[in-house]
Amino acid sequence: MKLQIASRLAVFAVLELAAHPDRQISAAEIADKYGVSTHHLAKVMHTLGRAGLVRSVRGAGGGYQFSGNAKRTTLIDIIQLFERVGDVENASGEPGEDTSAGGALRQILDEIDDITRATLSSVTVSTLLKLIDRRGSAGPSDVGVGATPYS
Amino acid sequence: MASAAFSVFDRGQAAPSDALGKSRDGPVVSQATAPARSAAFHVRRAEDADLAKVIALDMEVTGVAKDAYWADLHERYATRRPGERFFFVAESADKRQILGFVIGEIRAWEFGSEPCGWVFGVSVDPEVREHGVGERLLETISAAFRDAGVGKMRTLISHGNHLLMSFFRSQGMMAGPYLQLERDLP
Ligand SMILES: CC(C)(COP(=O)(O)OP(=O)(O)OC[C@H]1O[C@@H](n2cnc3c(N)ncnc32)[C@H](O)[C@@H]1OP(=O)(O)O)[C@@H](O)C(=O)NCCC(=O)NCCS
Repeated sequence: MKLQIASRLAVFAVLELAAHPDRQISAAEIADKYGVSTHHLAKVMHTLGRAGLVRSVRGAGGGYQFSGNAKRTTLIDIIQLFERVGDVENASGEPGEDTSAGGALRQILDEIDDITRATLSSVTVSTLLKLIDRRGSAGPSDVGVGATPYS
Repeated sequence: MASAAFSVFDRGQAAPSDALGKSRDGPVVSQATAPARSAAFHVRRAEDADLAKVIALDMEVTGVAKDAYWADLHERYATRRPGERFFFVAESADKRQILGFVIGEIRAWEFGSEPCGWVFGVSVDPEVREHGVGERLLETISAAFRDAGVGKMRTLISHGNHLLMSFFRSQGMMAGPYLQLERDLP
């Protein structure tokens, strides 16, 4: 699965701000860290602001602050501001959807969408921050090694 | 147990809002003295006398009464093979209430997997949720698994149960290398 760039930026911005609740961070600083244009990020911040997830603080040393609840805001809350996830409605009207093959294909794709939605809606900002911490201390060799079923 | 249960937390410094202040010092084994937020309960192995309260709590959480299932589970998990089967309860400091429970066991070589700890039931009284009881229960069973020599803990949850999934994820659990499959039998 791949996220649109706006969704990725939004997730990064929220994580950055939520990780430093005591600071105000400028859009330029975040844009710089993730290698994107401030202009692109500004639009993302605007959407996050309207959704109540970030708040901008004016004046000297001004910038953004996270204003959501890190233990309740999930990835899906952020991503859905920018794109539709596992979109069943969007899929209707596709060629062949009323055929039995179309139905069978839909059933399999729905399986995948279900897992995607369940995953994105159960990972909160604070869970992600903990994961970032763990990855930071574990080092890359600890990541992605798992037992192979029926090996 | 409803409204009375909450009083358990009114006494100590334990306020719902100090969530971040609680200890992250790693597994706390049964009976250990807990830090501020969770001072009003302790976790211990389940005993015969707890069964009725566990059944009542499960009934309240799942809406399905299953006395026979519980009696059987209790028989197998609280009384046999204590080195690999674990049934813990969180009990209020005054010992009057069971606030939650966790059940699990070590299973070996199922589905080709190395021995690992399985958690197959965790539940906390709705009146005392979000006070760290669930986390302490999971820490206790993790420590028990670890002490028994396994290095991994697993569980199986419904896609639709976002609360339980958020809880397990907050405790560092991630999707594993297995996928559950099923079919209707003809
Ligand atoms: C899931 C459950 C066990 C959590 O118990 P709890 O005592 O409330 O959990 P804790 O207070 O220890 O919370 C631990 C973490 O879980 C997460 N969590 C708990 N409740 C949450 C909620 N309502 N929304 C999102 N995350 C939540 C949080 O990340 C929390 O961390 P925090 O304390 O830093 O905020 C409890 O809600 C429960 O029993 N739910 C029903 C379970 C069920 O369906 N059982 C039947 C099948 S076995």
